[in-house]
Amino acid sequence: MTRKRRRLNVLLLCGLGLGSATALTLTAFQDNLVFFRSPSDIAREAPPPNRAFRLGGLVENGSLQREAGPDGRPLARFRVTDGASTLAVTYAGILPDLFREGQGVVTLGTLGPDGLFRASEVLARHDETYMPPEVADALKRSGHWNPAEGGAPPAASWNRLDPAARPSNESGG
Amino acid sequence: MIPELGHFALALALALSIAQAALGLFGAQRGSARLMEAAPPLAAGTLLATLAAFGCLMWSFAVNDTSVSNVAANSHSTKPMLYKLTATWGSHEGSMVLWVLILALCGGAVAAFGRDLPSALKARVLAVLGLVGVGFFAFILGTSNPFDRIWPPAPDGQGLNPVLQDPGLAFHPPLLYLGYVGCAVTFAFAIAALIEGRVDAAWGRWVRPWALAAWSFLTLGIALGSWWAYYELGWGGYWFWDPVENASLLPWLAGCALLHSAVVVEKREALKTWTVFLALLAFGLSLLGTFLVRSGVLNSVHAFASDPTRGVFILGLLMLYVGGGFALFAWRAAAMAPTGVFAPLSREGSLVLNNLLLCSIAAVVLAGTLYPMFADILLGQKISVGPPFFNTAILPLAVPLIGAMAVGAVMPWKRARLFPALQRLWWAALGGLAAFLLCLALAGARIGPALGFAAGAWLILGALADIADRLALFSRPRAALARAMALPRSAWGGAVAHAGMGVLILGLAGMGLATDRLASLKAGESVELSGYTWRLDRVESAQGPNFTARRATVSVLGADGRTVTVLEPERRSFPVGRTTTTEAAIHTSWLSDLYAVLGDERDGAAVLRLHHNPLAPWIWIGAAIMALGGALSLSDRRVRVSAPAPKSVRAGEARA
Repeated sequence: MTRKRRRLNVLLLCGLGLGSATALTLTAFQDNLVFFRSPSDIAREAPPPNRAFRLGGLVENGSLQREAGPDGRPLARFRVTDGASTLAVTYAGILPDLFREGQGVVTLGTLGPDGLFRASEVLARHDETYMPPEVADALKRSGHWNPAEGGAPPAASWNRLDPAARPSNESGG
Repeated sequence: MIPELGHFALALALALSIAQAALGLFGAQRGSARLMEAAPPLAAGTLLATLAAFGCLMWSFAVNDTSVSNVAANSHSTKPMLYKLTATWGSHEGSMVLWVLILALCGGAVAAFGRDLPSALKARVLAVLGLVGVGFFAFILGTSNPFDRIWPPAPDGQGLNPVLQDPGLAFHPPLLYLGYVGCAVTFAFAIAALIEGRVDAAWGRWVRPWALAAWSFLTLGIALGSWWAYYELGWGGYWFWDPVENASLLPWLAGCALLHSAVVVEKREALKTWTVFLALLAFGLSLLGTFLVRSGVLNSVHAFASDPTRGVFILGLLMLYVGGGFALFAWRAAAMAPTGVFAPLSREGSLVLNNLLLCSIAAVVLAGTLYPMFADILLGQKISVGPPFFNTAILPLAVPLIGAMAVGAVMPWKRARLFPALQRLWWAALGGLAAFLLCLALAGARIGPALGFAAGAWLILGALADIADRLALFSRPRAALARAMALPRSAWGGAVAHAGMGVLILGLAGMGLATDRLASLKAGESVELSGYTWRLDRVESAQGPNFTARRATVSVLGADGRTVTVLEPERRSFPVGRTTTTEAAIHTSWLSDLYAVLGDERDGAAVLRLHHNPLAPWIWIGAAIMALGGALSLSDRRVRVSAPAPKSVRAGEARA
């Protein structure tokens, strides 16, 4: 085999490797990308059924209920809000150590036809003051928090649409 | 006073690094022996200054000097001494000091052990290491000074994240950094080779041990991190395809490809350009890992110590070193003509396949790790890429890689035929098939784990077949012992590392059969899980050195009613920093783990999550065996005797 021929073979092999890697990546992306949605996004446009996505927002104050599920497994119910909309969530499992009402949370799961979000994972960070960036972004988009005015307002005021408690409205923003 | 001394030592190290880089490069270019001889002492000086700075920082932590803002933010007087000391590298600033310390150690090692290196090559390698050092010392002094004072001093520190107060994680960063920074040495060798326009067997002989050492440390570091996640985070998982985990996996994959292709350079003087490229790539990916973790661009559970404002500086360093390296590569690579010729079906060919598949896997991991970031910046979409993506995209690449791993190792150099190679492995293939069928019979129709068991058995038996074949164990059993003594350690190391990978894959396959159960129990109640009865005896309060805890006592009873073990999972509350952590309780029989996590308590009942994880410890044992294989190979006599052996000796080692 000539040197030229061999080099061509090696190049072809490399192309094959890279090509298959690209093809694998793209097909896997198509099925497995997980989008982030806030409760307002879902209110505006229903997500495709049976497709997992991440739901983020603040845990509404006073919404957390723990109960025993039908099979004796502990079940947590809570509502996730971004100020404008809320969505009910159920989760069978141990809530993370830093899961608190009024704090930011990101959950992974699917939205059922009954409008209930069934979470398979609940993420809360190991830091009391931490706000997941997606959640901060969702709060900004729903017009409830202008980051230029400092930190996020107290979580208690996020529960309902309460214009008096919205600092961005008070300042005319 | 001590912190100021440390700050001064850092500045001194920067100055010495500048001299080391400038004199080394200039001297080698001019061919001036006097200038070139200055590089090793300068490297030693940099090492001493960096050691002094590191010692000063550690001292500040040991005496809890809260007038240093780094100490005030990351330590506390009530913390146990071990964690005060390990807090030295727990923060961003401290971890960068550890980074440059290890870099200086590598420079010192090249200076000390590189007596046989050609003087120009040695001067250039030290100069490039100095150049890397300059960037990082400037980064520390400019953006993250670990010795900044605050006035008035804080009454006490703010503590360190309690999740990090753990021996596993305390030693995770040093091991990982040894791996990352070890890649800097192969990078320096690659740059020096590009400047000289020459890569030969002696070069390969020098690069391979460094690549091997870096790879072994990375293996240990990644395994330690994964083990920590398993027992400390309490999710029962061991690998989450988290971006920070991926950041350490990327240089591991590139380093793995590099150490295999360096073998080809050393033995056959082929694949030179490719090996140089891999050395650049491995260091580039190490820097990318440092950038991703240190800049905080990834928002991840693991990035505890991060600050976005520093990202730009590291990104600049990344562009400078990687961009500069690849520009040099584009300019000079054509100068390195290959001399070794080989057929596609040969040991070299199989190593090319190994490189190709490892690099493809690295490309997939890189795409999956960076895509969410780019989607956020360019498209404004919040996307995450989770385990399903990586599993579906990597499995098709891993299967041929594992298949070829055993075959490639038994192929001769230059030219091979497939059939004799497969003939040597028939019983490994039979073992794999038996493992596949056995798993299907015992665990039901679970194709994934069954494939894993088959792959693990194939690799372990394949490594055994390789060694047995080299010793002529079956054809001439009497001479086997003598041949075993004469077999180079690097051959043993390779076989051991491949078998370690097999053990690791058996562990992964076993974890594929893991079961778990969530239960809300009152004291005295019990549940069944995978043949065991788990009984909650009581939940009580306990007091630790700097935390209070709720501790559950769970008795695990076997099928015969005898107590197998008593598990005591805890939930700890740390008053300093007001955080809570979950301490999983694990009982291991080496064949399986019984794993219990305590959740909330309500109305006298406690929520427990119970796991049965078959073969879980094998994952980390396998990784340790892989690193052991690396160490064995490093202890090979030919690594210590760095001068290239005569052609006749080398021809004797290559089996026909």
